Amino acid sequence: MLKSELIERLASEYPHLTQKDVERAVNLILESMISTLEKGGRVELRGFGALSVRSRPARAGRNPRTGESVKVPAKHVPFFKSGKELRERLNLTGDDNAE
Amino acid sequence: MKSQTLTRAELFEDVHNELGLPRQECAAIVERTLDLVVEALERGDTVKLSGFGVFQVREKNARVGRNPKTGKPAAIDPRKVISFRASQIVKARVDAGTHE
Repeated sequence: MLKSELIERLASEYPHLTQKDVERAVNLILESMISTLEKGGRVELRGFGALSVRSRPARAGRNPRTGESVKVPAKHVPFFKSGKELRERLNLTGDDNAE
Repeated sequence: MKSQTLTRAELFEDVHNELGLPRQECAAIVERTLDLVVEALERGDTVKLSGFGVFQVREKNARVGRNPKTGKPAAIDPRKVISFRASQIVKARVDAGTHE
């Protein structure tokens, strides 16, 4: 599913909204998440998951083409951890219902 | 750097401020957006949100793990996990923003 497909689907479920408005809403949701991470914050959406920023230490890497050793500086990377409910929903099978 | 946590409440408010629709409806739109992503992943679909990142379902094989508390071997069933790869734009913004 692409973002455009997500927007189309939402727009069809909210017929009184314009596709443009739905697009603004979706982009705003994503932008709010990014700008929170940018400030070093985290995003917590119960049932869905959490986005946070993890730091990666500097390391010695290698240029795969030349084999030369290069310094890779320390960096901060976005990290997603799926929520419990999402993990459970992914792994539902017929016999799980017995539990 | 003040650490803050973004939750549904802020997203509802953001959408409300942007679209000027009733709060309750904005909450429903945010909820449905998240739910459509979850539903796609449940079907095994990859979700590609341009300018944000890619959510993908990955199948993990069964393996013998260990109970970290007792050290006893424990069977781990095959399962599905989500992998998220942030887009280049997001990676760059997060790295730049948190280095200041």
